[in-house]
Amino acid sequence: MNQYQNIFTDIQIRGPLEAGVSIGRENGDRAGTGSFNHLMGRVGNAQIGPMYLGFLGVASIACFVVAFVTIGLNMWAQVGFNPVRFVLELPWLSLDPPLEKYGLRVMPPLKEGGWWMIAGFFLTASILLWWTRMYRRAVALGLGLHVCAAFAAAIWLFLVLGFIRPVLMGSWSEAVPFGIFTHLDWTNNFSLQWGNLFWNPFHALSIVFLYGSTLLFAMHGATILATARYGGDRELEQITDRGTASERAALFWRWTMGFNASMESIHRWAWWFAMLTTLTGGIGILITGTVVDDWTSWGMKHGIVPVDFSWWPETPDSTTSSWGQ
Amino acid sequence: MALLSFERKYRVRGGTLVGGNIFDFWVGPFYVGFFGVTGAFFTFIGTMLIIYGAALGPTWNIWLISINPPDIKYGLGLAPLREGGLWQIITMCALGSFISWALREVEICRKLGMGYHVPVAFGVAIFAYATLVVFRPLALGAWGHGFPYGIYSHLNWVWNTGYQYGNFHYNPAHMIAITFFFTTTLALALHGGMILSAVNPKSHKAFGETPEVRQPEYEDTYFRDTIGYSVGTLGIHRVGLLLALNAGFWSAVCIFISGPVYAGSWIEWWEPLRQFYVWGGVAG
Repeated sequence: MNQYQNIFTDIQIRGPLEAGVSIGRENGDRAGTGSFNHLMGRVGNAQIGPMYLGFLGVASIACFVVAFVTIGLNMWAQVGFNPVRFVLELPWLSLDPPLEKYGLRVMPPLKEGGWWMIAGFFLTASILLWWTRMYRRAVALGLGLHVCAAFAAAIWLFLVLGFIRPVLMGSWSEAVPFGIFTHLDWTNNFSLQWGNLFWNPFHALSIVFLYGSTLLFAMHGATILATARYGGDRELEQITDRGTASERAALFWRWTMGFNASMESIHRWAWWFAMLTTLTGGIGILITGTVVDDWTSWGMKHGIVPVDFSWWPETPDSTTSSWGQ
Repeated sequence: MALLSFERKYRVRGGTLVGGNIFDFWVGPFYVGFFGVTGAFFTFIGTMLIIYGAALGPTWNIWLISINPPDIKYGLGLAPLREGGLWQIITMCALGSFISWALREVEICRKLGMGYHVPVAFGVAIFAYATLVVFRPLALGAWGHGFPYGIYSHLNWVWNTGYQYGNFHYNPAHMIAITFFFTTTLALALHGGMILSAVNPKSHKAFGETPEVRQPEYEDTYFRDTIGYSVGTLGIHRVGLLLALNAGFWSAVCIFISGPVYAGSWIEWWEPLRQFYVWGGVAG
């Protein structure tokens, strides 16, 4: 058992800092030359930075700061600008969307949702600017647009929750509040109000892809670490010029479950599973309240929920345990 | 025989944990080994019992079939087959099958000269399952606290159990687990997207008409340019594995502490934090 299991990097090599692939005149927009960090080097690359600045990134960060500060000041005001109460009660504090009576009014009174509209606008602007930045950096390096597509899939869910569905429902009050516990309350109440989201098939698919993504990353990460001694981590090289690391990784799964991906195709599985999490999740949210208003009766109608609940067991009360009292 | 072009030279003897050479062979693409035999045994018995249980039940609708755990009146004893005994045997078969599968993976790792990361990772998933149907029911004193085996009936159990604790979203370990699930999926999207975008580059005038596959320095540059740090080709797999295993581990924690450790409402569990201001008499 004295074999190298590759948990941490034991020996770190310090050469000159990497400046990054040249992107022509825009190189001047990269901030600093980077630095080394020993702890980061234990897990991955020791080098931090340099980072590309440029208009889109700076504008995105500026918009994010506006949104963040707007939310934070609203929360702080709720405790009378008391710093101690602000820290202790932070999880309960919230910036809520406009009241229902304002419908889709663009600018309701500040204290009744106006601040939420401002924060939401700047947060959305920040995210869209950041997406554009991810796109521009990929193009500048001549890369494919797969990361941008995946980011867009996440933005889809974000826009469904805060923009598209509220518009279809005719009121901003349908959107999610900015708050730690309040967004959890929103999630909880959303499910209760529309008849238990567990019977929404797109919600089920989204969870399948979420858990599936986690399963895939555990399988893939573990496979690459287990073959790292053969160069399994050099994936791009293994894709274009298959070596023994790829062969062993493939045979491991073939012998285990009768099927294997290739070094490239495992990343297609990964990418699709991760993207489908938010794509199906967004569909599930979008059709709730707009197309379907009671998932329990929908489930009964379509045969995924028993009309007679006695077919399923009663869940026993587990809160009477002697340990917990 | 479904051999891949390069497969024959890897099909060597050895690496077994149990049984020496007796079970050291393949069936089609599958490696067998001692644990392949035990795994097939448990899988066959368990699957047949699920079908038997479905036949006893009220429906053949695949979405509604449910193999139910015993009533809690049976405590930690064995229940009659039709009243949860099937669930108990199926649970034993599931654990036997999962553990056999993990040990068979160990044998395959040894045969291929690989590290043991995959079976260790699978062990975390087995641990989470065992927490739900063994450790927590043991701590609560009845097998009836396990969840029913059904595509949709287990969701009904999750729903009912969650609301016994006020609002499960307020369970701090549940928060941590969800955060790990989301972060794992984010990291997977970034990693999968990064590799695909380097192998399938976009044609661009600055790089000539025929795009070339990009090398790892492009991966590092992309993430340093955009977010200031690239964890690297090896590091991303450590990060991904660590995130994924934490998702499973904290899921097990969040359900185990609900009942055996804390039996109240998770909403109220947080109140001391807010009350601390009053207790401490901190001047505003």
